[in-house]
Amino acid sequence: MVRAADSPVRGPAAKGSDPEIIGEEVAVLTHAPLVPPPIKRTHSTKVIVTLEVKEVVRRLSDGVEYLFWTFGGEVPGMFIRVREGDLVEFHLNNHPSSKMPHNIDLHAVTGPGGGAASSFTAPGHSSQFSFTALNPGLYVYHCATAPVGMHVGNGMYGLILVEPKSGFPPADKEYYVMQGEFYTTGRFGEEGQQYFDQNKALDERPTYVVFNGAVSSLVGDKAITAKVGERVRLFIGNGGPNLVSSFHVIGEIFDHVYPEGGTVATQQNVQTTVIPAGGSAIVDFKVEVPGTYVLVDHSLFRAFNKGALGMLKVTGPENLLAYSGKEVDAVYLGRQAEAGSAAEKEVASLQAQMKQAIQSDPKIVGLTKEIQIAKGKQIFMQTCFVCHQINGEGIPAQIPPLAKSDFLMQDLERSIRIVLQGRSGETVVNGKTFNGTMVPLNTLSDDEIANVLTYVRNSFGNSGDAVSLDRVRRIRSEAPAAPAAASFE
Amino acid sequence: MKISRVFKFLVSCFACLVAVVSSGSEIVPGMALIPAGRYTPLFRGARETNYVEVAAFLLDTVPVTNARYLEFVRANPKWRRSTVVRLFADEDYLKDWAADLEIGSTVAPDAPVTCVPWFAAKAFAAWAGRRLPFTAEWEYAAAASATRADGLNDPAFVAQIERWYTTPSAPTLASVAQSPPNIYGVYDLHGLVWEWVADFSTAMVTGDSRGDAGLDRSLFCAGGSENATDRNNFPAFMRYGLRSSLKANYTLHNLGFRCAKTIELTTPKCIP
Repeated sequence: MVRAADSPVRGPAAKGSDPEIIGEEVAVLTHAPLVPPPIKRTHSTKVIVTLEVKEVVRRLSDGVEYLFWTFGGEVPGMFIRVREGDLVEFHLNNHPSSKMPHNIDLHAVTGPGGGAASSFTAPGHSSQFSFTALNPGLYVYHCATAPVGMHVGNGMYGLILVEPKSGFPPADKEYYVMQGEFYTTGRFGEEGQQYFDQNKALDERPTYVVFNGAVSSLVGDKAITAKVGERVRLFIGNGGPNLVSSFHVIGEIFDHVYPEGGTVATQQNVQTTVIPAGGSAIVDFKVEVPGTYVLVDHSLFRAFNKGALGMLKVTGPENLLAYSGKEVDAVYLGRQAEAGSAAEKEVASLQAQMKQAIQSDPKIVGLTKEIQIAKGKQIFMQTCFVCHQINGEGIPAQIPPLAKSDFLMQDLERSIRIVLQGRSGETVVNGKTFNGTMVPLNTLSDDEIANVLTYVRNSFGNSGDAVSLDRVRRIRSEAPAAPAAASFE
Repeated sequence: MKISRVFKFLVSCFACLVAVVSSGSEIVPGMALIPAGRYTPLFRGARETNYVEVAAFLLDTVPVTNARYLEFVRANPKWRRSTVVRLFADEDYLKDWAADLEIGSTVAPDAPVTCVPWFAAKAFAAWAGRRLPFTAEWEYAAAASATRADGLNDPAFVAQIERWYTTPSAPTLASVAQSPPNIYGVYDLHGLVWEWVADFSTAMVTGDSRGDAGLDRSLFCAGGSENATDRNNFPAFMRYGLRSSLKANYTLHNLGFRCAKTIELTTPKCIP
């Protein structure tokens, strides 16, 4: 029999009430954007959580200060991580310098008020209550002292994760991001000490909408980070007090979303997920391409005018296949030009110029070649490597090498034909004679052939031009040559 | 004290007269006359009237200072820091003082005394021949701005009050009477310290400001919004909130008190 929140029985007695509770530990709490480590325990325990309420003046934006009411000295409040079934002994300390009494309503608590009445604490005092984390999920906690909107509006919110007994799938990085809005007497960016503006709050017209308690708290060297190939999980909360967030990461797609902080990833491949005020969501995604990804509330004036911006910086090797970067930058005159008109001629002339400019711009040509190499590598790794090996060395006496191959580099058109039509009979490569058969790979598209040949002709110690699509196309359209070995020599 | 209905009527007329004639002036040194009037509590039951009558009374013009409180503990050894009964005062009682009978340099003699429990404030008032004001009296007096008795109808005044609640606590408290008095001549009702009231424990806020479903809303209503007469009077919410978070032996670094006095021959009507 487990006991609900606010039970007068607590401590060892409550522990004794549930035979599955083994041992006792002190919860590790973290400030955003950090998240306590996943729980490795496989049993329930008694977890002691101590949270200090403090009223502190901190930076809201550059040159802007605000008296935040906080759980743990910062906004958002410290991240609490427990396991489903744990008995949580909660201590709420209200710092002696506080002016206000405060309390805490944890949405993870099952019981009237979520702990608020039991944790109501005068400045310089401390309260204790216990609850069993009956339901797993990601929950908001907040102060519920009157006027509630003002206490929340001054920053009194945070997240508590009740990890399911089965845990979450592994992730390489986990971060804590919480949105909230602030209502200040001065306009956005007005310097100096700012005060809570009751009228703006009542009208739901925030001056600031921010992640993690301040403008730019997740920007520059404070950005969250990951490496290419890593899986990133975000625990996202929204303290409100008024707005619902349309959370989006520019340039990423959430592989999995646990909507509203529940424990089932009911959605995959999501661009923007809604985070209700007083609610949360869990998202994860694998980062494929290096660069900076911007976290926004996609209600965009909040992002670009009120502060709701953060950054995820991903480092690692480029992945031009996933994302090429800018390939062409050209004048575009629209499609309205009529055939034969002066405008159409101008378009044709400009297009010709553009083509020429692209061809003569080594940077773009280089980029095009790099993309072809990256794409060609994928083809090679699906098909060719089986015989020619990953390093292109082939197999002695059986499969001719591609690495540093005189035969390959001598004649591009011959290479294209071999891919299209196959080859059998004697082939001399680097002075060694091979006598085998290569099957035709004419199911590859012209594009794919151009790319894979560009890859092999620029890998394994080879160095050559990019193979153009036109050249492959032309050779495919030729009548198939007689499959005699002589035709190749 | 038993008085006839007629006499009671005459007395209240007299009180009103005094109120009109001597509003803002001192009739007892250090105290100001607060004329009779009506106070609209933040919370009222469904069957109660929306206001309570407040009889004329006297109120200290400034909070009790450290210097004045020192006189009290000199005269009443049982209220000295080292001898006080823990049941009546928690561990932080007079913690800013240097010693039992020494204010020290951390706090100024003419700053409000803080870190005093309700029991001590009540004992001080009795020693001084006074009493603690009731919530209705305190709130009624504190509703007045420097220029008008109904200051709460002035958004600028409300915003000014609110400012104190959203400003960090000063490391050391300022001396009393440093800012202008209100229309009755009373200083520092806002902006310096919280103040004990005689009936602080009747605030009836449960701690969960949104109201526990199990409670009778018409009676308790719990600091939230359901029955609040003025949902936007945030400072009042905060004062009710603070009062209801207290116990009588609690001491806070920014909670002091001042005394009131019933005008002779009248019966206070403000007791809830």
